[in-house]
Amino acid sequence: MEEKFTPDSQYLVQAHDMKMYFPIKTGWFHSKPLKAVDGVSFDIRPGETLGLVGESGCGKTTVGRTLLRLYNPTGGEVYFDGKKVDAKSIGGLRKDMQMVFQDPYSSLNPRMTVEDIIGEPLDVHKLYTSRQDRRDKILHLMELVGLNAEHATRYAHEFSGGQRQRIGIARALATNPRFIVCDEAVSALDVSIQAQVINMFEDLQKQLGVAYLFIAHDLLVVHHISKRIAVMYLGRMVETADSNELNSNPIHPYTQSLLSAVPYPDPKQAKERKRIILEGDVPSPLNMPSGCPFRTRCRYATDECKAKMPPLTDRGGGHMVACWNK
Amino acid sequence: MGISTEPYSPDKTPKKHPLSLQLDVSKFEKATDEEKKQADVMSESTSFFRDGMRRLMKNPLAVFSIIVLIAIIATILIAPRVVPYSYSEIITVNGRRDKSATNLAPFTYSKMEQQYMAQGGKVFPHIMGTDELGRDYFIRVIYGTRISLTVGVFAALIVLIIGILYGSISGYFGGKVDLIMMRIVDVIYSLPDLLMIILLSVVLNEIIKPTGNGLLARLGTNMISLFIVFGLLYWVGMARLVRGQILTIKQNDYVLAARVSGAKSSHIIRKHILPNCISVIIISAALQIPSAIFTESFLSFIGLGVKAPMPSLGSLASAARSGITTYTYKLIFPSIMIALITLAFNLLGDGLRDAFDPKLRR
Repeated sequence: MEEKFTPDSQYLVQAHDMKMYFPIKTGWFHSKPLKAVDGVSFDIRPGETLGLVGESGCGKTTVGRTLLRLYNPTGGEVYFDGKKVDAKSIGGLRKDMQMVFQDPYSSLNPRMTVEDIIGEPLDVHKLYTSRQDRRDKILHLMELVGLNAEHATRYAHEFSGGQRQRIGIARALATNPRFIVCDEAVSALDVSIQAQVINMFEDLQKQLGVAYLFIAHDLLVVHHISKRIAVMYLGRMVETADSNELNSNPIHPYTQSLLSAVPYPDPKQAKERKRIILEGDVPSPLNMPSGCPFRTRCRYATDECKAKMPPLTDRGGGHMVACWNK
Repeated sequence: MGISTEPYSPDKTPKKHPLSLQLDVSKFEKATDEEKKQADVMSESTSFFRDGMRRLMKNPLAVFSIIVLIAIIATILIAPRVVPYSYSEIITVNGRRDKSATNLAPFTYSKMEQQYMAQGGKVFPHIMGTDELGRDYFIRVIYGTRISLTVGVFAALIVLIIGILYGSISGYFGGKVDLIMMRIVDVIYSLPDLLMIILLSVVLNEIIKPTGNGLLARLGTNMISLFIVFGLLYWVGMARLVRGQILTIKQNDYVLAARVSGAKSSHIIRKHILPNCISVIIISAALQIPSAIFTESFLSFIGLGVKAPMPSLGSLASAARSGITTYTYKLIFPSIMIALITLAFNLLGDGLRDAFDPKLRR
């Protein structure tokens, strides 16, 4: 079939042709695969942020979770620091790969104090020498994310959304990971808190050199934090480019429409620009259109798009686009 | 208009008109720095259990039912040691059987007892009178309560243990295991419980025939079959509840977060799943007790309960039914007892739910 994929040592995380299908029951004995992620490849350098955008239900979260092997992938390979991530090796890699969750309410156990929530990864990996050491480490983490030391003995329900998200981030940082998946980590927060948390993410990256996979549906947020951005549509990657390049020169029609939907703070500018409004609904991932998944809503769709799925091709300077249109 | 720079002093406020509603400022004092700091810090953080208990203690109905239950339990433990009568013996006065002491009203004495007292003897009062055979009714009600409570607690325990084991296995493993286990539950759910108890007690009577003077023998086969039926049939509700709890808790992101941290299944069950469903389990166990007591009373009432002469609240009420017009109190006392116990447990269960249910707090 295809040639064997060899990991590149300059990348921290490499996903190659990652596939995740979920069986959906259609009857008592029949099931159909739901192709949540269908052949996604990307790589992230140490200390870099890759933004992952796309509308709801396009498989962004599944990408993040499959990457951390919370799901058993249907196909493809993930490499972390040159090592293949599989059922055997993941145990040793958990320490280096962490996750921040979207919902700050359900991601913290209501029965545990902040100290125990942040300390859990430390407990699991036995990363302390004494109780005092554990406490010192937890307090240091809390300070790092801007929480007061006296919050340590409180329960999660005593905090606001932003503070809860900080607790979740402190937990993710506890094992001193090199890579964190931020799964819509700021989507549940209001705008002013979003800014605080995003700035904190950036500061932490500068201080600790962590790499992020920053999943969001808000292009502005992703543009702010990411060096590179990947756009997903229906389980596939349609465009990957440098953050600024993508912003100024979007090639894929889906990216163009996404960018045109970003709200402008200046009403004058907002009036002038043209909005590309997509027609129709997202096709069901259970019943994907033939060829390019976007063709049902694309203005430029041709017969070629109907026949074959466009591959991701380099349009210069690492700007990868999956579209038949030149 | 300038704002006075003079330091505020309560003495300088204008004199209050006696009819004026103006606040008397001198009654207020300025908060000290320490007090201000106290307001800064959020309410004192307590453990989940202590927090729940505090909430429970604030609920007057729950506190009342706890007091009632403690009083009842203390009475059934102490009374048999204080009252000189036995639940199965006809009253004797000075060593002679007192045949006239039947169907006495509360706090009355038979002729023999009155004669004995006139001679200077001491007779313990019949607080609730006596029954038709001349047994002290108070001690019978006490023993009836003992039996009913024991049955209730043990039946609830049986239900709890089987239900938690079955439900957690079904919920945690999910998939096909869950499907098969839950269909079994559905089948059991559809069996008529009363019919099962009647059938089982008939069959068990033939099979085991308890002999001797052990507790089982004194309780009778009906009681054993009642326990068996509880063990066989009534756990399904608990199993469903536990399964549902585990299924929802499994969905929570914090379980996922623990898996991301590399925690093992045993750690996740211990630290995340069990603590989050234990309160619901305790609450439903507290609510299971009165329902078991009620079932026992009901079965005793229709004649399927404990074996005579052992009383239970239901059989006492059943026996009192025949003399309801003349000796109404004989029906009232056990009924009040059943009502008190059931109500207290139900209110306590409600209070526990209000205090411990994580969904009601946030």
